[in-house]
Amino acid sequence: MTDTIQEEQAVQSELTAKFPALGGAIRIQRSRRIFARIPHEQFHDCFDYLVKDMKFNILTVITGTDEGESLGVMYHLSRESRIVLSLFTTVPKQNPVIQTVTPYFPAADAYERELVDLLGFQVQGLPPGFRYPLTDDWPAGQYPLRKDWKPSPAAPPTQAEKNEVKDV
Amino acid sequence: MFEKPVQVPIGPQHPALKEPEGFIITLSGERIMRAGVRLGYNHRGIEKACEERTYIQAIYLIERICGICSHSHATCFCQTVEEIAGLQIPKRAAYLRTLIAELERVHSHLLWLGVAGHEIGFDTLLMYTWRDREIVMDLLALISGNRVNYAMNTIGGVRRDITPDQIQQVLKGVDALEERTKYYITVATDEITLIKRLSGVGLLSHDDAIRLGAVGPTARASAVAHDVRRDDPYAAYEEVSFKVVTDNHDDVYGRTLVRVGELMESYSIIRQILKDLPDGPIAVKAPRKIPAGEAVGRYEAPRGEDLHYVRANGTEKPDRVKVRAPTLANVQAVAHMLKDRYLADLPIVVAAIDPCFSCTDRLITVEDPDRRTPGVMTWPQLRQYSLDWHRRRGVDFTHLNKTFRTDKTR
Repeated sequence: MTDTIQEEQAVQSELTAKFPALGGAIRIQRSRRIFARIPHEQFHDCFDYLVKDMKFNILTVITGTDEGESLGVMYHLSRESRIVLSLFTTVPKQNPVIQTVTPYFPAADAYERELVDLLGFQVQGLPPGFRYPLTDDWPAGQYPLRKDWKPSPAAPPTQAEKNEVKDV
Repeated sequence: MFEKPVQVPIGPQHPALKEPEGFIITLSGERIMRAGVRLGYNHRGIEKACEERTYIQAIYLIERICGICSHSHATCFCQTVEEIAGLQIPKRAAYLRTLIAELERVHSHLLWLGVAGHEIGFDTLLMYTWRDREIVMDLLALISGNRVNYAMNTIGGVRRDITPDQIQQVLKGVDALEERTKYYITVATDEITLIKRLSGVGLLSHDDAIRLGAVGPTARASAVAHDVRRDDPYAAYEEVSFKVVTDNHDDVYGRTLVRVGELMESYSIIRQILKDLPDGPIAVKAPRKIPAGEAVGRYEAPRGEDLHYVRANGTEKPDRVKVRAPTLANVQAVAHMLKDRYLADLPIVVAAIDPCFSCTDRLITVEDPDRRTPGVMTWPQLRQYSLDWHRRRGVDFTHLNKTFRTDKTR
């Protein structure tokens, strides 16, 4: 494999110079893969700088994670479809409020609704719209991707369902 | 009469749609003023289910995210896990993954071409392309034993090797497909009804394609030259040469040209792969427990960029699996394309991003109604059963088959 990581190192040093909090929290995993971790207070400045000044102009997806006491959120940004920079931050589980990034990326709409439905984030500034991906009658306060959430065991098949199988 | 806007719900179940999704269309006369999209009807909780399963079990689940891009998701997942585990897969395995990937792209694009034909009332194109698609389906079945979920991948490589005889058959099939595709390129560039019906429909400008995050052929038809195979090579793509097909029509017609162009590139990639296929093992042994770590994997699926994020915690089960399939990235673009267009364009505009829908399985267990014993039918038996079933009801094409039957494409 051709492993030249000059461009990645340039991204790393530019970011560290601008945001000293990233010192030691930015890692080049391999060519074209960078992971960075930033305190939530500085997240928006950093995100803005990445998108506007460093031309990371594609948001592929947002991954939400359950970190125990907090909830994590990782924005997978890419530049010219080559380098993927995954910017990670956490917010307390008791008050999981994040700001929407739809002004930068309108397509983030679906990814942010997923954070709301599956992990219980509150996304400020998210424009009104349909929920995604859970059903309209999904019980409130049930967040399936949280680690303490377990699916209820499947109900045994009803007589009608058993008959249906026989007819096939 | 049409002064007041009218709201029309389309879906989640609707004859114009091939899979469940809801559109709330606000109409002024025949024109769409606003389109709201409600998704999630196919949500099956696969990401959560992966956390409860071992990596090997998760492959089988992930392969079933989509009936068309089954190999795309499985490959993307496996290469992400391999990166965390620090596994270097053998060269032959990388080549075989690429081979199946391109065969899958061929079957997916031919399927799309047929659906596009169908949505504009050009059903002859559907019949032709889907007949020809059987060639590649048979090739996939020949190599993997299955038409849709090939189960080729495992962590550390692939599960099946290819024989010299199979290579010859694949090359023969690719020759036949190439000849047919050349014909479709002629159709796409000469057939006036197709050009007129698709031109200017589903417009997405270059800037909007980037702003809305469109991916795959949808973006490439708006001159966004992004292709993960070239930009972020995986499997054996670094070792083959191919062109990233783009177009600047910005509409459904452009998306058609991109896809038929990509078919020709796929045939070239398949030939290069089979010519240079290295010898050696097809897999390395992978540990059951994957060391703690995280990785982002990317893959150019037929519909665009597929991204998987996996976090491992040192056990045999993943801590978090995140999948972003290409259709989700293109949904915003669809809502934009529909705006200010005619309602009658909705089916083809939606179909033009090629949203995923499932294929049926080939092997069917049929119970003999008299004896009530389960049995397994082979493909010729099943075909004969279908012919007899229809003949008993007065539908008999024996005469036509004798007159028109050609074995050229089979």
